[in-house]
Amino acid sequence: MQSAIESAGITKKFGSNRVLNDITFSVNESEIFGFIGPDGAGKTTLFRIVTTLLLPDEGKMTVFGTDSLKGFRELRKHIGYMPGRFSLYHDLTVEENLKFYATVFGTTIRENYDLISDIYSHIEPFKKRLAGQLSGGMKQKLALSCALIHKPKLLVLDEPTTGVDAVSRSEFWDMLKNLRKHDITILVSTPYMDEAMRCDRIALIQNGSLLSVDKPRKIKEGFGKRLYRIMAPDKYRLLISLRKYELTDTAFPFGDSIHVTFRDDIYDQSLINHLRSEGIANVTIEEMEAGIEDRFLELMERKLDGEIE
Amino acid sequence: MKENVVISVRNLVKKFGNFTAVDNLNFEVYKGEIFGFLGANGAGKTTAIRILSGLSVPTSGDAVVSGFSARRQPEKIKQVIGYMCQRFSLYEDLTVRENITLYGGIYGMSRQLIKESTAELLGRLNFENYADTLISSLPLGLKQKLAFSVAVLHDPGIVFLDEPTGGVDPVTRRQFWEMIYETASRGITVFVTTHYMDEAEYCDRISIMNEGRIVALDTPAELRKKYNASSVEEVFVKIARPNGRLHTA
Repeated sequence: MQSAIESAGITKKFGSNRVLNDITFSVNESEIFGFIGPDGAGKTTLFRIVTTLLLPDEGKMTVFGTDSLKGFRELRKHIGYMPGRFSLYHDLTVEENLKFYATVFGTTIRENYDLISDIYSHIEPFKKRLAGQLSGGMKQKLALSCALIHKPKLLVLDEPTTGVDAVSRSEFWDMLKNLRKHDITILVSTPYMDEAMRCDRIALIQNGSLLSVDKPRKIKEGFGKRLYRIMAPDKYRLLISLRKYELTDTAFPFGDSIHVTFRDDIYDQSLINHLRSEGIANVTIEEMEAGIEDRFLELMERKLDGEIE
Repeated sequence: MKENVVISVRNLVKKFGNFTAVDNLNFEVYKGEIFGFLGANGAGKTTAIRILSGLSVPTSGDAVVSGFSARRQPEKIKQVIGYMCQRFSLYEDLTVRENITLYGGIYGMSRQLIKESTAELLGRLNFENYADTLISSLPLGLKQKLAFSVAVLHDPGIVFLDEPTGGVDPVTRRQFWEMIYETASRGITVFVTTHYMDEAEYCDRISIMNEGRIVALDTPAELRKKYNASSVEEVFVKIARPNGRLHTA
């Protein structure tokens, strides 16, 4: 398979602040590749380098075999970019926004309508409305339509689902999946771990460094220990008590339960006795499969302990 | 249970012209509870919260918040609640200490009390070295923790949080939820609104709004059971969409 993006040792500093640190990865053609990491991890800076809008200090970025530095004019014709904050003109209507983007790239709405019809049809009934008066979910669909209207080979989406409700987010990911039949490679970022499973492959990024790059399932399988889900009515006291238990390795709150690992992977009756002595009743304990966020936490802790790198 | 009710909403309605944004809401929130308030974009959440925090007056019905009526005493409500939103809470061009002093002043705390609370807060967060640092140069995780601590500086009965852990790393996120748990265990009610259903999973009870009404209200576990879903996200996708109407409109 030919690669759509090759990033080799990309490093970027803003003043003395190292925002990206030796970023190396490759993205295959027609895959949905996700960057998962918190605010400030470097996702936006990296995407701005991929889209030829920013130069790296070190390293080489190649997109469809073209060096992003030397071939930026040519590459820009083939990249659709939906930035996190701004991409729509609020004082233009829905239709005017779309027409504007089509014109900038020397095409028309009609020419590529089939590509956006799935998405644009949701907002077309409101095409005379000003973009500034759209709801979050509709703005997102319009911005995606605008990024696609010139039929790019690479679509770069910077946190497209931030601030959007769960129903719209779910629809949005379905739309991205549908775009694959048009042979579009998609690079997408999100701070939300639960969206990782929607990607073909993901990169976990934190403080400008990659923690791991793989298929979501493989990343989950990389979790090194046996993981237990422990629940009791008083979560806070349960958490404090678990931390005090001598065989506990890690204990993190996860929704209405606590995810726990033990030093030697096992617990025994002494845990039950300990919790009972702390006055915690109605405890349920079950072994569970680790999720992306469990693995992210594990990798962050290791990094803090200096085990990797 | 009665004396434990800190928010009591009765037949609450808010209309804007012909549009009914909040359509006869009835619910109660208890002392020390972590209550999740969910709904799709446009469901009426923001309108309801503006009423509960004294920023908007109901068209009919009422909400009693910490003993004050949203209809008749909205100004009183503002004094006894705390509020934090993810995007903006602290002034970036003021220092940590200046922000604490400013909020203490806004909430009507005495100079002496502000001084004591500041020292206590800085100690508890291990922030002594950052006291005179500008907010703009703090890492996001520290900002979030400080913003939350400032929102409960005046020891309010209720604190409203809007997407409190959006965008922070998984470790900071957990530290933040531990702060929320600790706050709730001290008897402060935590009222959380969020688009992110995994945040909702942390709440004691959650409500889901759709077209101005509450369509579900229970513990996350009970809701998952009732709707035969593996997560609150699944529950939400099943019931938070308006019937036969373009939900994004």
